[in-house]
Amino acid sequence: MLFIATGAVGAVAVGSVAWPLISQMNPDASTIAAGAPIEVDLSAIAEGAIVTVKWRGKPIFVRHRTPKEIKEAQDVQLAQLPDPQTDAQRVKKPEWLVVIGVCTHLGCIPLGHQGEYEGWFCPCHGSAYDTSGRIRKGPAPKNLEVPSYAFTSDTKLTIG
Amino acid sequence: MSGPSTYVPKSALGRWFESRLPIMGLIHSSFVAYPTPRNLNYWWTFGGILSVMLMVQIITGIVLVMHYTPHVDYAFNSIELIMRDVNWGWLLRYTHANGASMFFVAVYIHMLRGLYYGSYKAPREVLWILGVIIYLLMMATGFMGYVLPWGQMSFWGATVITNLFSAIPLVGEAITTWLWGGYSVDNPTLNRFFSLHYLLPFMIAGVVVLHVWALHVVGQNNPDGVEVKNVARDTVPFTPYATLKDGFAMMCFMLFFAWWIFYVPNYLGHADNYIEANPLATPAHIVPEWYYLPFYAILRAVPSKLGGVVAMFSAILVLCFLPWLDTSKVRSAKYRPVYKVFFWLFVASAVGLGYLGAMPAEGGYVLASRLLAVYYFAFFLIVMPLLGLFETPHPVPASIADAVLKSTHSAKA
Repeated sequence: MLFIATGAVGAVAVGSVAWPLISQMNPDASTIAAGAPIEVDLSAIAEGAIVTVKWRGKPIFVRHRTPKEIKEAQDVQLAQLPDPQTDAQRVKKPEWLVVIGVCTHLGCIPLGHQGEYEGWFCPCHGSAYDTSGRIRKGPAPKNLEVPSYAFTSDTKLTIG
Repeated sequence: MSGPSTYVPKSALGRWFESRLPIMGLIHSSFVAYPTPRNLNYWWTFGGILSVMLMVQIITGIVLVMHYTPHVDYAFNSIELIMRDVNWGWLLRYTHANGASMFFVAVYIHMLRGLYYGSYKAPREVLWILGVIIYLLMMATGFMGYVLPWGQMSFWGATVITNLFSAIPLVGEAITTWLWGGYSVDNPTLNRFFSLHYLLPFMIAGVVVLHVWALHVVGQNNPDGVEVKNVARDTVPFTPYATLKDGFAMMCFMLFFAWWIFYVPNYLGHADNYIEANPLATPAHIVPEWYYLPFYAILRAVPSKLGGVVAMFSAILVLCFLPWLDTSKVRSAKYRPVYKVFFWLFVASAVGLGYLGAMPAEGGYVLASRLLAVYYFAFFLIVMPLLGLFETPHPVPASIADAVLKSTHSAKA
């Protein structure tokens, strides 16, 4: 009985000490606070341009797409895509594409207006994305991630 | 092989101390009287060289920490401070940075020696697996050390490697966030890497103690791969024979090491690491340190994220199973004519993968990486099990003494 009680208390002790030791490595309160939503002014972004803003330590690409780029993104057959998604599923307004600028392969930052599909091209391992930020070629498994965002007015965008 | 110590201290104080803590007897039986096979060649001196390199890294590392600041705003500048302002800082840092490379040069020679002479076979399986654990710890330590200067390669190397864990299904993202302590590689990441980079070398030292202990239980392998049968005929005492031979090899290795430090201290580094980390710009071409390149090439050879990560880790973990994958009764490649050929092809494939790991991941380079990666795994998983069944080995000498005396006779003739 004493052995079982000792063992039980010991197991509780080990668990309750292990959890803080593991949990302390997760993002702390200040890091989470610094990751609060940010606002972007859209009026300064010309058609065809990509503006990069930093949010949670990562670049967010805000792309003001041209009609040609929008058409290219919309005309793609879903069967051609490794991670099938329509352009409409990825944007709220066709002229504005908002994606996290981190290659879904191993986290490099892709270069805008480059690569076979003129969306983005990752110089690290050669992944090519289209004008909807969808993976078309290369080792990346997924499309560029779309963060949660909202248009707070015609010229204001809130990310997060 | 190491029996009870026969060490008897000469002085009265020594005898008094020995009967309370028999540490001098332990040192004597391990490094003085310890019987070493008389046919050991210079490939057996790398264990000693590795111990010296571990000491060099720990000593220079402790000193560098006296001047280094682990914070994203100050880390890069504190390295420049070490290089320009700290007395002899340039020497200490170049020694530490090139020391890591020399450590890996020595460990690769040490591992290939084991692979060539069958040092992983019974009864040395545990000894070998402890070695693989040391190698894994070395890789983790080297990787985290490279992050500390907070240059572009530091940052992007850390980003690429930590993102490997996001390939794990379901929990990958949570693990990556946990490793980072944030939403990307940032100050918390740098701090924890610094803490672990300081810790791991002492863990390596601990496993080295186990490695040497296991070695002294089963005894050293030797170039002929036959066990010691008669201690008097087959072995010589560690001191002076092995101590002097190891000492000579160490000094030669130190000269080689010094050449890197004083003549080409930045050759093995990357110019981009003299640019401070910028989370918003990836260097055109991310390359890890040279000692990870073969595994990096395997990672990139597989056209799937999870598959690549699995293949890369498997390439290292397969070493743990070597004692059971190799079915040959004969240890040393000296008596295995066919294995010898496959062994050198394996060395060529590993070097080739190292070259390809530094090249861009496109076209012919990817195809070549795939072919060499297939051979890398085939060597362990197909060649080793089958060769033991089909190969006809040359006759193995009856004892170490026979092997040594026979070769001396044939040299005279």
